[in-house]
Amino acid sequence: MAAGDFLSSIELISPSEFAKRKIQSVQDYSILAAQSVANLFRRPRYMADTIQQMDLIGFGSLQIVLASIFFTGAALALNSATTLRRFGATTVIGQLVSIGIIRELGPVLAGLVVAGRNSSGMASELGSMIVTEQIDAMRALGTDPLKKLVTPRVSATVVMLFFLTILGDFLGLLGGSVVATLLLGQDAHSYWSNAWQTLVFSDVFTGLVKPLVFGFIIATVGCYYGLSTKGGTQGVGRSTTEAVVAAMILIIVVDVFVTQLLILIFGS
Amino acid sequence: MPTPSLPLEAPAQASQQPANDVIVFDDVSIAFEEKVVLDGISFRLPRGETKAIFGVAGSGKSTILKLALGLIKPDRGHIYTLGEDVTQMPEEQLFELRRKVGIVFQESALFDSLTVHDNVAFRLMEEGTVDAEEIDRRVREALRFVELENTVDMFPAELSGGMRRRVAIARAIITQPETLLYDSPTGGLDPVTSTTIVELIVKQRDVYKTSSLLVTHRLQDAFIMANHYFDAKANQMRLVPPGGRIEVPLAFLMLRDGKVIFDGDLHHLARTHDEYIREYIS
Repeated sequence: MAAGDFLSSIELISPSEFAKRKIQSVQDYSILAAQSVANLFRRPRYMADTIQQMDLIGFGSLQIVLASIFFTGAALALNSATTLRRFGATTVIGQLVSIGIIRELGPVLAGLVVAGRNSSGMASELGSMIVTEQIDAMRALGTDPLKKLVTPRVSATVVMLFFLTILGDFLGLLGGSVVATLLLGQDAHSYWSNAWQTLVFSDVFTGLVKPLVFGFIIATVGCYYGLSTKGGTQGVGRSTTEAVVAAMILIIVVDVFVTQLLILIFGS
Repeated sequence: MPTPSLPLEAPAQASQQPANDVIVFDDVSIAFEEKVVLDGISFRLPRGETKAIFGVAGSGKSTILKLALGLIKPDRGHIYTLGEDVTQMPEEQLFELRRKVGIVFQESALFDSLTVHDNVAFRLMEEGTVDAEEIDRRVREALRFVELENTVDMFPAELSGGMRRRVAIARAIITQPETLLYDSPTGGLDPVTSTTIVELIVKQRDVYKTSSLLVTHRLQDAFIMANHYFDAKANQMRLVPPGGRIEVPLAFLMLRDGKVIFDGDLHHLARTHDEYIREYIS
């Protein structure tokens, strides 16, 4: 395609039209997110679809979530040791790794990894169904795609990310423990008791609330981009990329607000 | 060339749907991205009749089917499907109505992650009121109707284009809906497979007396439907004998520039003097 043809193919829209489209997108996303929750209380409930999604999302993401948090825990211990050694305080590595992983890195990393794997999967699957008229066929056959496709994915992601994060947190602590004992020569019992005793209710609560929020974001964003797909296979590719980017950015941004909110509630 | 106005049958004007009509379009308009696709069209589909819709690509033929099912909403006008104004119904109520109407999409739109059995059974499984044995029996019956009983455990990707269309027909008819909507069911198929599909449509029309809207590019398919009837005893399509007493319930609807330029039966179509239509059918 010549440069002139390419430039002429670019759609130019006015700022007001651009703003209108963005507001429309936010409104559509909000409606989809609200309906995905409301459908939990309406019949029919698709338990088999939900369990299938739990297997795909939860078990399917298990290895990469555990591996990523394990090595992050190990890296966190190594980095902490470098700084703490200057103050002769390497014994508190367990505390640092524990707080860092459970409050922040465990939920965020699990969220980002699952977003990368599953937001894209949902967007491409639902996007393909849109361009091949399968969603229209489902509606024409009297089935609500939001109930059948979106709600099971949202509930499955929320539940499975919660448990993936708990397992990931443990593996993160284990990664820190491997570094602390094998490389830094610390006593394993000392590391684990430090890591355990430093935790208070608000740390654990913060670490368990975040995956619920992130799971909701991952699934609703993936489904929204999938169901908004336009323009054939190229559109499916675009939706997939946009879903991953949007879910990851939202997770990072929302993490700040959730953290601040919980600090305000618990005071620490 | 000016667009002629040849509505040989009076289009529906009243906002009340006559009891004998299964679908009524009343002054319906719709535009996509400022391009007007349908501009105030009105027509009705009487119970038991098949109406073949013609027009060039992009003339809004498939849009009519989606509008009739409430899958999209018009910008103006009213659409009555089985007595209900689909333009005024919320999506939740439309799901109920759609269960009484079958549709065969242009590219079949089979669920690619489900087997042929589960595709055909989809509606029954969703309703949740029929036991597994009965579902299996009805799926096999529907597949036997389209002569594809041996594909029950296959996935759509393993089927040819013609077989997928036939499975889509089986999926549409499994609940014996009052109305069927066919979107280019023979498009892109070879003549032999097309004739098989046409025969199935004629069979559905003549044996089960199902009302239907049929979107097609292939005029010859519609002419076959207009000149043939289904002999249930012989289980095959037969030519209507000249001067015979067999009446074939088939009408033609032609679209041009978003308007209905012809709505009538084969005899009216053959007698039309409109140059555009004559060129189209020649």
